[in-house]
Order: sequence, then structure tokens, then C-alpha cells
Amino acid sequence: MSSDENPNTVRSSIWHEDAEPDNPFAARTAYCRGYDVYGEMLGQARWAEMLYLLFMPDPPTPAQTELLESLALALANPGPREPSVHAAMCGGVCGSTAASSLMAALAVGAGQLGGAREVYSAASGWASCGTNLAAWQGWLANTSELANGIWPAPEHPPGFDPHGLGTATPVRQTLACLAGYGAGPRLPWLQQYLPEMEAAAGRPLSLSGVAAAALADLEFNPEQSEMLYLLLRLPGAAAHALEQRALGYKKFPFGVVDLESATEEQTA
Amino acid sequence: MNGPDLLNEHVGVLKSRMGTFYPGSHVIYRGQNLHEDLKDMDWLALYVFGITGRHFSQAQLRLMNALWSYTSYADVRLWNNRVAALAGSTRSSGMLGIAAALAVSEASIYGGPPMQRAVAFFNRCLEQLDQGENLEQCIREELARHRNIGGYGRPLVNSDERIQPLLNLAAELNLHNGPYLKLALAVEDKLLHGRWRMRMNYAALVAALGSDLGLNARELYLFVFPVFLAGMPPGYIEASYRTEGTLYPLPCDHVLYAGPPKRAWARSKANRAL
Repeated sequence: MSSDENPNTVRSSIWHEDAEPDNPFAARTAYCRGYDVYGEMLGQARWAEMLYLLFMPDPPTPAQTELLESLALALANPGPREPSVHAAMCGGVCGSTAASSLMAALAVGAGQLGGAREVYSAASGWASCGTNLAAWQGWLANTSELANGIWPAPEHPPGFDPHGLGTATPVRQTLACLAGYGAGPRLPWLQQYLPEMEAAAGRPLSLSGVAAAALADLEFNPEQSEMLYLLLRLPGAAAHALEQRALGYKKFPFGVVDLESATEEQTA
Repeated sequence: MNGPDLLNEHVGVLKSRMGTFYPGSHVIYRGQNLHEDLKDMDWLALYVFGITGRHFSQAQLRLMNALWSYTSYADVRLWNNRVAALAGSTRSSGMLGIAAALAVSEASIYGGPPMQRAVAFFNRCLEQLDQGENLEQCIREELARHRNIGGYGRPLVNSDERIQPLLNLAAELNLHNGPYLKLALAVEDKLLHGRWRMRMNYAALVAALGSDLGLNARELYLFVFPVFLAGMPPGYIEASYRTEGTLYPLPCDHVLYAGPPKRAWARSKANRAL
């Protein structure tokens, strides 16, 4: 039976391994998109280049590498006030497993409010509107149509901050830095038309919106953007989970529940 | 009120209509005392009460129980079960493996999402039928919109061994006369006898029976969360008993590579702060 007909094979355009002569289950060499990972890339390539190559058929340009690396830095820690990190800390603070803290961060950080689904939606906006302001104005006026199956309809335009008053300083700083690499047209365009985009959204740009533009400039599609955003925000969740584990639950907010009655529910 | 003022109003305040516990005293669950008012409730009834705030009859709860148990397959080939089993094989924790397996169960082709699509389709259909459209028209519109119908057809085979036992039980419990089930069966009939040749699968039947039980789309979505759970621990346990790493081992040549040929890595040109 040829391997083409073998039902037990996995197909991949990303990864190939040659086996050690004495053990078909041990890799002698591993290739990512044709590049020898341990023989050539290790010690030569940067983490951002490897990350990009896993998702794309060819390595990034120098500008793309710089952009991805700076985006990774900007997203690395949403900080302990952010819900996905809060979720990770809930794991850490009572000594839950390391993986469960990251799973908690992924689940809470997957949604429509500052999460990966918001980035997916905003990235879909870049795919349909590109750098056409009129198209964006139309898209931002109809974001409730983005409701899809298990995902609730967005309650605010994806990529914008529902509770913000003005563009937050780190958002401006990140946009300015990332646009400066000139890796694609979207980030510089967003920087130029920020007032018009924020007026169309009725809200200030958020970091998830900058991330969506950056990922689109890196030529990632919305699915890849969603996945990378999930991945790139995990370092902070991990660090804060460990930090709270050492501090313990007594030093972590627990709170008091104000129980409302069913009568209040009916009248609310 | 909006913006920071709205957020500020919620700092340190947890308002809930669902419940709380008073350590050492009592526990409120949806307005009821858990250890007094609800102490005799079985777990399924409590779970459904938690989702809906409503109580269901014994016959309804029996049917709900069957919706879960009839799809509990201890077969690690199934993709979600396999996650739990792989966790056993790699000597990960059972909770992690099973929690991940449950999360994976929210899939495009099985689990909650096709069932959600079926509920949405049935609701659209009933509305359109009320307005005088015919069923074939509804089906054609749905196919034109989504290229498939949630809850009809099946990933591996075009028949479903869970359907008849569940229909039998629904009939035995006299819970087989609702409008959603009638519609689901009528849709299957059209699909089978038209050119589509698709049978109803479990998702459509659960969607129909659940809707006839009075569960709305969100309630049904949360109700089915543990629907595959009972099939997962056996695979985890068995993989844990076997020699580590022996579940789905893949030799190197079992990864069928279709990417670029071997090529040389040029030293990175991007700036390095070295």
C-alpha cells in the first residue's frame, strides 16, 4: 500500500521529518516549509520568523519580521485588569494546573470584547474593506450582521473600545510604531484616517483593532489572525497566574455578591 | 451612563440574580435554597433549572437524559474523545484532557454548532410556513444560503443509529407530537425523496425535541454542553492503563508532506539588537 492510500497518514504542507535510520519514530531532521529547523534555522532565525513561517508558505521580509516581533511585544501582556489574565489568575491563585490557567485565558480571551473573535471580525473588515474609507463606514454601521452561530452578535464595532472616551496612549503608541515598519498599507492608512474611522465607529480604536490591522498587513487571513492573537497574549496570562499562585487567594479579590430578587429581575 | 462612569459603577460590586453562598450558613441557587428547596432534585434537573429557571416533568427529564446518554460513545476515534484519550496516553491530567475534549466538541460539523443551525433553520421555516411558503421553498432557500442544512447529513455516514431509539423513547413518553419534531421529520422526508439524499442526524433531532420541550436556542445550546461527556472518561482511563505514548503513534513517514522541497535558510536580514 502506498502512503497515499494509507488511512493512517497525516497530511501537511508545513512539516516534514526524516527518520533516524534505526527508528522510524525518531526524527533525524525536521523541515519547516523545506527549511532544516535544527540544522540551519536554529541559531540563525528569529522566533518571529519561525512563527511567521509556520503560518505562511515563505519566510517574512525583514519589515514583516520587525512588525510581527513588535506586535508580539505589544500583545504579550494585557495586564492583570484584563479579563483573560484575570481568568488565568483565577487558576493560579488556588493552585490549579498550569495548562488550566492558560486554557482559562484562551477561553475568556476568545470572545467579542477585546478577544480573538473581535480580531477575527475586525480582520474580516480589513479583508472586505481594505483601505476604502466609504466601505469601512458602511461596514462599521452594520456590524450586528456579524453574528454567527455560537458567537454572540458584537455589541460594539470590532476593533474599537466600547468603554473608551479617547484613543488610549498605548494604542496610539503601538499604531505609530507598527505603522512605521511600512510592512503593508493598512497600518499607515489607519493612522492617517484614525479620526474618520473612530467617528464611523462612534468609539476609540482599541489594541485589538491595531492588532487586526497589523495581522492583515502581515497577510494573515482572519482565521490565522484569530489564532495568532490568542497565542501572542498568553505570556502575560502565564506570568500573572504564577505570580498570584505565590501570593495566594487571600490576597486576591473575592468580593461580595449583591443578590437581586426575581422581582427586581422582572422589573429590570 | 457609559464609558468609565459605567465601569466605575461596577467596581467591587457583584450584582447577581442567579445566586450566592453564605459560608457556614446557606446557599441560594436561582432564588432557591440549594440544601432545602432543591435538596431532592437530581443533578440533571438542577442543571436544567440552572439554565432555564424552570422545572420540568419526570417524562421531560427522562427524555433530556436520553439526549445525553444516547450519544455517549466510548470510542476514541471520535475526534473529541480522542483528545481525552491522548491526554491519557501522554500522562496529562484527566480534568485537562476531558475539559479540552468538551471544548473541542463545539465543532463546525458536530456538537452544538450544527444543532444551533438546525434550531435557527426550524424557526425560520416555521415562520415562513406560517406566512404561506411551502417546505421545499424553505429548504431550497436554506441550501442556497448555507449550502447545507444544519442537522442533516453526517460526517462519516448518511444514517444515524441514535435516531430510532430516541424517537421510540419520545413516543413512549408521549413527547413526540410537538411542531418541531413534525417539521424535522418532514424536512428529512423532503431531503430523502428529493435529489439531496440526506438523512436527519442527531443534531436536528436534539434541536427538534429540545425546542418542543420549550428550550430556546441559548438554553438548548447550554443544555447540550455535556452531551458527549460520558463517552470521554473510558478512553482516558484505557489510554492511561496502556504503555505511555502508544495511542495513535505515527512514524515519520506517516506525515505525508506536500510543501516546498528542501531549501537553504538565508541568514536573517532583519535587525538584531545583539
